[in-house]
Amino acid sequence: MSKAEILGNIRRGLGRGEPNATQRAAAESRLAAKDNNLIPKRALLPQAEQVQLFKDMAIEAAAEIIELASIAEVPMAASEWLHKANIQELITASSPELKALDWSALGDIQLSERVGQVGDMASITSSFAGIAETGTLMLHSSSDSPTTLNFLPDVHMVVLHASTIVGPYEDAWKQLRTAHNGVMPRTVNMITGPSRSADIEQKLQMGAHGPRTLVILLIND
Amino acid sequence: MPNAEHQPLVGLFVTCLADMFRPTVAFATVRLLEQAGCIVEVPEKQTCCGQPAFNSGDRKTTQDIAKMTIEAFDGYEYVVGPSGSCIGMLHYYADLFDEGDPWKARAEDLKARAFEITSFLVDKLDFDKISAQYDGTITYHDSCSGLRQLGVKQQPRKLLSKVDNLELEEMEEAETCCGFGGTFCVKYPDISNRMVSNKSEFISASGADTLVGGDLGCLLNMAGKLKREGKSVEARHVVEILAGMLDQPAIGEADADKYALAKQV
Amino acid sequence: MQIKSPEFKENARIALQDVGLQKALGNLKAGFPVKRAAAVERMPEFEDLRDQARDLKNHILENLDIYLEQFESKVVENGGHVHWARTSEDACKTILDICQQVGAKTVTKGKSMVSEEVNLNEYLEKNGIEPVETDLGEYILQLREDHPSHIIAPAIHLNLEDVSEAFHKHHHRPKSDDPAVLMQEAREMLRKKFVAADVGITGANFCVAETGSTIIVTNEGNGDLTQTLPKTHIVITSIEKVVPTLEDMTLFQRLLARSATGQEFTVYNTLSTGPRREGDQDGPENFHVVLVDNGRSEMVGTELQDMLRCIRCSACMNHCPVYGAVGGHSYGWVYPGPMGSVLTPQMIGIENAGLLPNASTFCGKCESVCPVRIPLPKLMRHWRENEFEKHLSPKAVRYGISGWGFFAKRPALYRWVSRSSAWFMKKMAGKKGRINKLPLAGGWTDWRDMPAPEGQTFMDQWKQGKR
Repeated sequence: MSKAEILGNIRRGLGRGEPNATQRAAAESRLAAKDNNLIPKRALLPQAEQVQLFKDMAIEAAAEIIELASIAEVPMAASEWLHKANIQELITASSPELKALDWSALGDIQLSERVGQVGDMASITSSFAGIAETGTLMLHSSSDSPTTLNFLPDVHMVVLHASTIVGPYEDAWKQLRTAHNGVMPRTVNMITGPSRSADIEQKLQMGAHGPRTLVILLIND
Repeated sequence: MPNAEHQPLVGLFVTCLADMFRPTVAFATVRLLEQAGCIVEVPEKQTCCGQPAFNSGDRKTTQDIAKMTIEAFDGYEYVVGPSGSCIGMLHYYADLFDEGDPWKARAEDLKARAFEITSFLVDKLDFDKISAQYDGTITYHDSCSGLRQLGVKQQPRKLLSKVDNLELEEMEEAETCCGFGGTFCVKYPDISNRMVSNKSEFISASGADTLVGGDLGCLLNMAGKLKREGKSVEARHVVEILAGMLDQPAIGEADADKYALAKQV
Repeated sequence: MQIKSPEFKENARIALQDVGLQKALGNLKAGFPVKRAAAVERMPEFEDLRDQARDLKNHILENLDIYLEQFESKVVENGGHVHWARTSEDACKTILDICQQVGAKTVTKGKSMVSEEVNLNEYLEKNGIEPVETDLGEYILQLREDHPSHIIAPAIHLNLEDVSEAFHKHHHRPKSDDPAVLMQEAREMLRKKFVAADVGITGANFCVAETGSTIIVTNEGNGDLTQTLPKTHIVITSIEKVVPTLEDMTLFQRLLARSATGQEFTVYNTLSTGPRREGDQDGPENFHVVLVDNGRSEMVGTELQDMLRCIRCSACMNHCPVYGAVGGHSYGWVYPGPMGSVLTPQMIGIENAGLLPNASTFCGKCESVCPVRIPLPKLMRHWRENEFEKHLSPKAVRYGISGWGFFAKRPALYRWVSRSSAWFMKKMAGKKGRINKLPLAGGWTDWRDMPAPEGQTFMDQWKQGKR
């Protein structure tokens, strides 16, 4: 029995048997406390500066940012972008905020609500948070947010509300716990810029397997 | 800081390479220590720091040598040597003995007293009254143990900046190992050769006419390579320049008479 | 993977003469170390983060059994399965069983060094299942029937022409010398594989005990497609990867990319927690975690325990002058460079891997960049001691050291040897000041001159009163 052998070896190495209550205390209190470790100063800014830092870092990571005054402007912004890129179909996640929008601005671009498929050119999803520290988006799976939309299409458009931008990763974890009563969604995606690889001669190329382009539609709410 | 009332008693850790290859390095170290107001003695019972045994996995022999060295330097306020590597080895002695072993405490005590020469002068004595002249451009190789174990980086540069006419031109990758590594260079000669070849290129590219460093092992390796490649860059230990003891030809250079002749020509 | 560590010296000799390899290794040297330095520069707290990461890993290892059991219970609570694998054989067998249960024909794979360690691909192939590597570097290697030479840049030993050649042969398309075109080709080829796969296998950088999540860190997004599209997701990872909480994982995330590629953050940091939930439109229906031991549990409580802190960032090899000279394949097994020189003897035996911990000048560069401050030179020395005690060191080393030790312990005799050697070498050098060929020191004089001693030893001169 591998498990017993492995745990037995570990315990022998630690010079004890199965841990008793006292021996468990340190680990259990750590699990319960969920304390932050050292958070770099960079991530501890007032909210307004966090938004600026998020933008700077996301752009550095090669994401595109389009700033909008309200979510109602999303269809028009998406339409303009997709027309310029000559893309004829947009696959949308099923999140209520996206479903509630008036998409007529898309014009001849077809809007489909489904999971991602091979060959998809563009998708649009909501996001859970933005993390200023490194310009990172946090998305998670749910019945209205299929993970495939984050990875299969060539272009991934993400709606991010400036009000959901936090400084450090830690704040995002805490909000995630609160939002889901401590139950982790099946998939949590932290996304920082579009896909890339430097596996050939260490030369960076964009668009390896995931989206070649990441467009952040930043709602300044 | 030394003053009229207190002259620190320093035991010189000669190092086997200085003893056998380049006594000038040991004499220069003594001169610098005396200039800084120390009384220098050379304990008879010392040989090698034990690093060859330590790095070959022979713990028993290393312990024996460690004990001998610890005894040899009992009673000295400081133990100073012209090598980051050998002094670094003295610092490792404490790791050789188990907790509770009286030798461990003695080894810890030695560690607290043992210093590489440039770091001793700068960090411990705050001494910088160097009176020397060097007409040339040097480049400085940071030997690994001194740099990463003992934190020797700015100290030699600070002292060298006091030498008249001397110019320092930093080479690329000054902190990369030269490939000496004690027994490494004979156990893995072709890898060592690649490393020292890279080093030699960086040294040449710096445009300096003299390579300076604080460890004879590395200097013998690099000087040997530079000479084999027919390069004109000379190699000297930092204390030779700081103490102004330049009578001996540089490391691996031709004999003094011939050397003087060649210089004239 | 066939063990070639006993031939390290021969491997190295060939590697040093391999023009293509040397060119490729130049790319490494000019890349990762420079980028890491820049990233560290931007993060003033970096050294403090390293201290905390070291301390946290030590805490985890002191409580490893507790965190592993907690992790297991959370995976199960979320509807997943945990399998414990004592050996490579156990791990492969477990994974094969899962694949067979779901009737798998092909599996896609994200990059996983543990899967290399247990030799999973070969095992699956032998049993009629086609594994498809999806990381670009790993994909190139699979086409070439090659193995990784680096833990995060697996194809670092190859040049553009090698990739172009391999793609031309397998994709039957015109050759290209544009990396972008080649990557596009791989993207197209692998799209079909991602969709067709029955099982997706990934590694894990960390396993979070608090939530039962595993996390993968990739720039390409291949690991994400691997674990999202097939019906079954198998995570193969090792027991030391467990961390207590999400906050604790974050401490290591801040260090990982910066230490590895010098990025601020890797593009995709993806957590997987159990199989798809009710109502989910996509995602795997089955979720398995295989926890591999393979000698790690025996390291707990020993001097080697420090090695279990390793987060596989590759900074040690990126900065190692020996790795930089000979490349990863010379080490002859899965893990190259300084971390490999410590880990490999534990996994394949010191009798097979003794040359690895010896292949270091102890320059200490590796330790100086390790994000969890593993004392790599000290651990390599541990193996040298182990080898010496077991009388496995080469005879020349053992006799040489004991002979030398005999003199080094006797100052008067040592003086005599130094005096004679200095005299002899001075004599040999004549007026040249150096020696071209020295008996018994061919390793030195084949490549460089031996500078001549001044003549008299310092100790003799000092005794004579010279100052």
